[in-house]
Amino acid sequence: MRWVWNLEFILNMLETFKEFINSISSPVTIFTAVVIIFGIFVTFPRQCTSKKVALPAVILVFLFFGIGLTDDHFRKIISTPDNVPIVGMIFIFSYFTWYAMKKAVENDQRMEKGEPTIEQVETNEKVYVFPYLIYIEFVVALVYAVGLVLWSLLLKAPLEEPANPTVSPNPSKAPWYFLGLQEMLVYFDPWIAGVLLPTLIILGLCSIPYIDRDTSTSGFYCFKKRRFGITCFLSGFWILWILLILYGTFLRGPNWNFFGPFEEWDIHKVVPLVNVNLSELVFIKWLGMGLPKQWYLREAPGILLIAFYLLVPPAVLAKTFLKERYTQYGIIRYSILVMLMLLMISLPIKMYLRWAFNLKYIVAIPEYFFNI
Amino acid sequence: MFNFKKIKETQLWKSMFRHGYSDSERDRAMTVLTNVFFHLHPVKVRKSGARFGFTWCAGGLSFFVFLTLVVSGILLMFYYRPTVEYAYNDILALREHVPFGIMRELHRWGAHAMIITVWLHMFRVFMTGSYKPPREFNWVIGVILLVLTMLLSFTGYLLPWDQLAMWAITVGSNMARATPFLGHEGPGAALLSIGDIQLVHSGSDVRFALLGGRFVGAGALLRFYILHCVFIPTIAVVLMAVHFWRIRKDGGISGPL
Repeated sequence: MRWVWNLEFILNMLETFKEFINSISSPVTIFTAVVIIFGIFVTFPRQCTSKKVALPAVILVFLFFGIGLTDDHFRKIISTPDNVPIVGMIFIFSYFTWYAMKKAVENDQRMEKGEPTIEQVETNEKVYVFPYLIYIEFVVALVYAVGLVLWSLLLKAPLEEPANPTVSPNPSKAPWYFLGLQEMLVYFDPWIAGVLLPTLIILGLCSIPYIDRDTSTSGFYCFKKRRFGITCFLSGFWILWILLILYGTFLRGPNWNFFGPFEEWDIHKVVPLVNVNLSELVFIKWLGMGLPKQWYLREAPGILLIAFYLLVPPAVLAKTFLKERYTQYGIIRYSILVMLMLLMISLPIKMYLRWAFNLKYIVAIPEYFFNI
Repeated sequence: MFNFKKIKETQLWKSMFRHGYSDSERDRAMTVLTNVFFHLHPVKVRKSGARFGFTWCAGGLSFFVFLTLVVSGILLMFYYRPTVEYAYNDILALREHVPFGIMRELHRWGAHAMIITVWLHMFRVFMTGSYKPPREFNWVIGVILLVLTMLLSFTGYLLPWDQLAMWAITVGSNMARATPFLGHEGPGAALLSIGDIQLVHSGSDVRFALLGGRFVGAGALLRFYILHCVFIPTIAVVLMAVHFWRIRKDGGISGPL
């Protein structure tokens, strides 16, 4: 009897835990939590990559997944064939982020002591490609090949009903690697989320080597001397790309509504749409008058705000936080860097504006399909 | 056991393998130099660059994954017809009538794996600062290859012609509708007109060019099939050749200067 009572107690605990997680899950809480964890990670990389922190973190993650797997809904989402690689990817990238940072911290400490980095010790020593490199490649290829065959034997490729243009599934999702972009559609119009931002991501990535030309930190892991660059890259990669993919895959259900990780995807969940444009906030709510008829008057506050956002921070940063970079880079390289940064940060800004004020568009000119 | 030495003395063996392997420095060099596949590599590399802990082998693995995808993809092409009436049934037949058929699995999971390994490769190259001069342009080619990898996967996603495929591509290609100036719902498209005649409409915009129609149908299936099997792979292979060649010309696997 006592044993049965214990089992019941544990099951109750599990239910309470899952309900608690669901109740605190929302786009804003998860995003904020990840931003805070990321901030701590790049501020204290040495402590965060030490065993004392990393090991409990791993145990917690596995515990969460372990508990999650007892939940039918969570298990269903995780084990959907096309979602399995995403779960794998989280673990792979977590591990390699930790690994790269650990090596960087180690090299940082060596440089502080005036010693050469691990790579610098060996850089002038040459080894024969055969056997040293080719054996590594052979083993890696073999492990991958075996892994792929096992994966293919265990998991069938999905095949649903034949294509039918008259029945659209709810939710309809793009392939998983584009779900970050689909998630951006919540906050931006398709021409920004689907065209402008992807183009900027590609151009931004391409411009990295032309902005950061400092070859003194080339070819080895380090963090302190590249704190700014690595923080920008990692935040873009983890928060604005991977996290949004996870939102789109695991947490967005029917009608693209947000659901907690253990929450059943209820097709009838109703989320009131109360989003307002900046022009409505300014003219109706704050000034208490009607919307001006001409679009350029109506949207003047938004246009001014965006002009302010794109012009003032670059000037202020050049005098303060990025002063050294400004003198070192020159006006053109500096402007490109700051513009890319501002456009990148505009995504989380828009997300928070939506969550805080239900703000839909800062500038809304539907006459020209031009909404920001 | 048979006499291995005797086989090695036959003309057939000697014609294939020019020399025996005695573990000398000369032979190590010759192994790489006289093999068309190995000679993508230089004879010697930096010790720091040869370490798994430095490169994670992510770039090499991406190439290997690509090769496995080419092989499994060619095998799939024997069974698959890119038309609305046959596509789905061919996939079904592939699953049910081909013995021990995991080709489609190898291809699909391999495609997912390649996206992950390519991202991982970019991640490693960034974290080691290996994109810096003189490797700037090779990084740019790498970014293009990364985009091509995702486009390859995206175009392949449509081919099974099931609900998952059709609606994923519908959602994805709907974005093209909103391309500034080039999509019929994009900002600025309305400005492109001669008198009353709209130049950019749903039958002439960039989405129409991609899909070969106003919605995901027979035209889209054929276009995506050709993009997936011929067009994008060809560009990717050319860029890969440049990417690998430039690694050599820019001084091999990166190391501290």
